[in-house]
Amino acid sequence: MKQFKYVIKDEQGIHARPAGLLVKKANEFSCKVTIGKDGKDADAKRIFGIMGLAAKCGNEVTITCDGEDEEAAAKGLEAFLKENL
Amino acid sequence: MIVLNGKGVFGGVAIGKLSLYQKQQHQIKRYHVEDADAEIARFEEAKKGTLVQLQELYNKALKEVGEANAAIFEVHQMMVEDLDYIESIINMINTQNVNAEYAVATTGDNFAEMFASMDDAYMKERSADVKDISERIISVLSNATKSTVDSDEPVIILAEDLAPSETVQLDKDKVLAFVTKFGSSNSHTAILARTMNIPALISVDVDLTEELNGRMAIADGFTGTVYLDPDEETLKKMQEKRAKDLEKKELLLQLKGKENVTLDGKSINIYANIGNVSDVANVLQNDAGGVGLFRSEFLYLETTDYPTEEEQFQSYKAVAERMAGKKVIIRTLDIGADKQVDYFNMDKEENPALGYRAIRICLDRIDIFKTQLRALYRASAYGKISIMFPMIISVEEVREIKKIVEEVKAELRDLGIPFDDCELGIMIETPAAVMVSDLLAKEVEFFSIGTNDLTQYTLAIDRQNPKLDKIYNPHHTAVLRMIKMVADNAHANGIWMGICGELGADLELTETFLAMGIDELSVSPSLILGLRKKVRETNVDAVKDALLDRLK
Repeated sequence: MKQFKYVIKDEQGIHARPAGLLVKKANEFSCKVTIGKDGKDADAKRIFGIMGLAAKCGNEVTITCDGEDEEAAAKGLEAFLKENL
Repeated sequence: MIVLNGKGVFGGVAIGKLSLYQKQQHQIKRYHVEDADAEIARFEEAKKGTLVQLQELYNKALKEVGEANAAIFEVHQMMVEDLDYIESIINMINTQNVNAEYAVATTGDNFAEMFASMDDAYMKERSADVKDISERIISVLSNATKSTVDSDEPVIILAEDLAPSETVQLDKDKVLAFVTKFGSSNSHTAILARTMNIPALISVDVDLTEELNGRMAIADGFTGTVYLDPDEETLKKMQEKRAKDLEKKELLLQLKGKENVTLDGKSINIYANIGNVSDVANVLQNDAGGVGLFRSEFLYLETTDYPTEEEQFQSYKAVAERMAGKKVIIRTLDIGADKQVDYFNMDKEENPALGYRAIRICLDRIDIFKTQLRALYRASAYGKISIMFPMIISVEEVREIKKIVEEVKAELRDLGIPFDDCELGIMIETPAAVMVSDLLAKEVEFFSIGTNDLTQYTLAIDRQNPKLDKIYNPHHTAVLRMIKMVADNAHANGIWMGICGELGADLELTETFLAMGIDELSVSPSLILGLRKKVRETNVDAVKDALLDRLK
């Protein structure tokens, strides 16, 4: 299992479009990807779940990758978050 | 004539017949299905059809309103494919043996409810997206035809509300304006209307009845007013307003993307003056080369206490980012005189225009100044920010400012916070600054002349006093000589200079400014293209000597 934390810097937080992009990115990997905020977890491959977290600018989210390609997934998602959120 | 009031979300005047846009109301009936698997297959098939439709909409939107606005349909596709959503629908069909329409409608309501109950204005709005995709699946399931404009001539669309997909689906050539009873200015429909260049009005107080269909109306997107069965006089007035607006839009079309170059090849930068983050849209729409004056006062005037570093940082960053690498010149706090802020607790002054204001406050209350500078430097990492200081009268002041700037930079460096080396400049708005502009030019990287204050101080005329209007002459030779002196001193010392006061937009002086070699004019966003037109029609060489001789 691979885990990292990230603080949202985008002014609007994880709104619809980045949530959609995140789903796309997470789907590039076969491992299970979870995004958590304040003790609430959501499947990062499901857009409604991610949007339901209502992660805003300044919020810390925890990304957990669990499965065969977890290493690559964590790396890829971290880069994605830095670039888009 | 009946006047209906609402809110305009995109300017423009439309005159034409009303067309009532009615959503196809799907009365969702719940019925029992024997074969749940067959019903699930029916749903899967409808889901496929929906995705194809959304892809078509995405392509249409991409062509008509650009990628950023089209993205919503990509998001809709992902929503349709969301496993939570699909599982809920399939589960319902499986366990309750209900028809697919009912399962989709119920699931859609549940998800919409989840968004509606969220404590976030943006997320609340998303419940409309969920409803939109659910309705789309249902209409595919029931083989319904799409709603379209049922008219040969272009019409004003009147609707309860419009989903983004409905907005894009409409044939653009047949829509004069959008008028909705509900909706918000942040809705995608409002955004799409702006991009499609179609007047849009929301929250219009009207009962949608069939008898409105086909009646003559005028929709004014500037004021948010709809005139139903307009009288002659109103019709004439609005036709003129419409013609004027179209002329402006035509100008925009002709001049957008063009350079600010004179007939003899001299170029000048035309930037925009803004007073708020929300003005940036207007700046970009009018094709400004940058922001020449961002008045930071609004941050202080709109609050009941000192704005925090973080609040300021977010605003500066937002503007810098949205201007995407174009120059943004932010003026530090300029309050006092006619701009008073309660929580500063300033004493009443005999003569506020000559009193405790602008940089004088900042150099006295350094904590306030440093908070702003820190916010500015932090934001500099997100775009191209220049900082400009108002009401300068001496070299000593500038040196003191630079010392404080260095302290702020050192603090940020120690904290490991990234920032850029901002270009530093000063406002030239006092006769004192003009007279020592040769010395000031050695201290800073640019000058910007604030002509309103400079004229007032030079002519010793309070511009708020209507009795003096007759002798208040901003074209006074004294003022123009001052401007020329500043330009000459700036250029002799290798720095650039501009004008950000009202005079910058005065088309009678454009030739004179070009003759002086002024590098930049910063004006209200709406005046940019008119100024560009004037510049492009001027031959400076031909008039230069005559104009400058007049100032000797």
